[in-house]
Amino acid sequence: MDMGTFRGITALLILIAFLGIVAWAYSRRRKKDFDEAANLPFADDDEMPNRDQASRNEADSRHDRGDKNR
Amino acid sequence: MSTAFEHPTYNYKVVRQFAIMTVVWGIVGMSLGVILAAQLVWPELNLGLPWTSFGRLRPLHTNAVIFAFGGSALMATSYYVVQRTCQTRLISDKLAAFTFWGWQAVIISAIITLPMGFTTSKEYAELEWPINILIAVVWVSYAIVFLGTIKQRKTSHIYVANWFYAAFILTIAVLHIVNNLAIPVEAFNSYSIYPGAIDAMVQWWWGHNAVGFFLTAGFLGMMYYFVPKQAERPIYSYRLSIVHFWALITTYMWAGAHHLHYTALPDWAQSVGMVMSIILLAPSWGGMINGMMTLSGAWHKLRTDPTLRFLVVALSFYGMSTFEGPMMAVKTVNALSHYTDWTIGHVHAGALGWVAMISIGSMYHLIPRLFGGTEMHSVKLIAVHFWLSTIGTVLYIAAMWVNGILQGLMWRAVNPDGTLMYTFIEAVEASGPGYIVRWVGGLFWVTGMLIMAYNVYMTVKRSEERGAIPQAA
Ligand code: HEM
Ligand code: HEM
Repeated sequence: MDMGTFRGITALLILIAFLGIVAWAYSRRRKKDFDEAANLPFADDDEMPNRDQASRNEADSRHDRGDKNR
Repeated sequence: MSTAFEHPTYNYKVVRQFAIMTVVWGIVGMSLGVILAAQLVWPELNLGLPWTSFGRLRPLHTNAVIFAFGGSALMATSYYVVQRTCQTRLISDKLAAFTFWGWQAVIISAIITLPMGFTTSKEYAELEWPINILIAVVWVSYAIVFLGTIKQRKTSHIYVANWFYAAFILTIAVLHIVNNLAIPVEAFNSYSIYPGAIDAMVQWWWGHNAVGFFLTAGFLGMMYYFVPKQAERPIYSYRLSIVHFWALITTYMWAGAHHLHYTALPDWAQSVGMVMSIILLAPSWGGMINGMMTLSGAWHKLRTDPTLRFLVVALSFYGMSTFEGPMMAVKTVNALSHYTDWTIGHVHAGALGWVAMISIGSMYHLIPRLFGGTEMHSVKLIAVHFWLSTIGTVLYIAAMWVNGILQGLMWRAVNPDGTLMYTFIEAVEASGPGYIVRWVGGLFWVTGMLIMAYNVYMTVKRSEERGAIPQAA
């Protein structure tokens, strides 16, 4: 195998690996797990949220219902 | 320090220790930077002594800011984040305490040996073999504490910040050990086991991945926890963070050759380095966008929250330096930028703009919470610190861009008969004003750090006066 073929094959393999990761990450099946994981920083609430009451409510409601950005 | 704020579950003691040392080493390392900057304007400031000469203080600066300041910030935040997102205590308090004292011992040895002139001469790996062995032991202990804590987590998922921290810890362990393989000949003298060009390649495989995993992946771990926390919103896209992680760590490994353009390194290796560097723009910006967009719907918080401003401006500088980097990795651009102050400007856009600002923002979130509160002593002083750092960074990098391009153009200018148009010293003289501006930028930074130290001191004192405050709301 010459160098050119070798490089071509490596590039192809990396492309396939990349598309595989994207497909996995964006598959519908993973959505619920990822939403849970994304809320982990807010899961232990032994601290008062940042400053005013308004933002506190915001954080709490997000904590219950998950992402508000959507 | 009072024990009144002991958390019922978590080990906050080691986090507090590392957090305080982050501020201390930040001041030390940046003051050394200011001294170096001043020496380049007024060379007499080397005092004519070997111990205070530029060549010995420069590695002391880089070790102090990267490993003492950056390292302490990474260890403080990683121990905090891993406990809170895994909802479990560090697996071993004793081993965690060992990583703290061991790491401080490494730093103290660096402060002693580097000015004495002991060096392996490998950049960012200057420390001699006995210290390298200590680093390896401390680092492996760090890995055991961190990964062991993840293993005994109470949650079903491993939060993405921990993925970045884990990649940083494991990669640095491997890189440090491989790059520092050497044959000792005296107590503080050794020779690398690699010959010639292979040694250079191994060194910059380390050097570049020190940037990629120490100065980038670790701090991205910080970003993925503290930006959502401070904005009080989950990360914009968790899916993007997964793609970001895998793309970044696979690409970074292969880009190191861009530090060795036009050297004895084989041409194909240089080309791989260049191509991989350009590809690296994509995952870098993916991560930056993920962090920035977390603020959507919360942009108004930037007006009142200087801590959040630190975090977001850090992301902007990250975006800027990861755009500049791939550009400088293009061989024709590198032919101009290499050896000039442009590289120094790029380094500090990343180091001050990204690394230092994301660390400081995280500290302003972290420190009050470690001492039984949620708010620093003075939010106003955080805002002052923010402006000092931002202006300081802009002064630094603008001066270095001007100097870098000036130097690059002067060095390559030729007369019609093929002789050089300028002598080297003429380019040095032309750089003088830029060096003064950079020095002023450094003074801004150190002033900001001193204000931070005061603010932290008052926060700790306040909580000690209040006595035990229940942590639960
Ligand atoms: C007050 C702030 C700072 C000032 C005034 C400063 C100044 C300097 C100076 C004068 C040099 C030598 C440049 C030369 O040889 O021409 C330098 C190098 C360096 N500094 Fe800083 N520095 C500061 C903060 C930082 C921070 C926070 C970091 C990292 C987190 C950092 C990382 C580095 C690195 C990696 C180098 C070596 C660059 C290279 O070899 O290309 N600096 N700095
Ligand atoms: C996509 C991302 C990046 C790429 C492709 C990149 C590329 C480069 C290139 C081409 C150089 C110049 C090499 C030379 O001419 O000697 C360089 C130097 C450097 N970069 Fe970056 N860069 C990136 C991001 C960063 C970030 C985020 C930091 C963070 C602090 C950073 C820190 C450094 C340091 C410390 C050096 C100086 C190394 C030395 O010569 O001592 N880079 N980078």
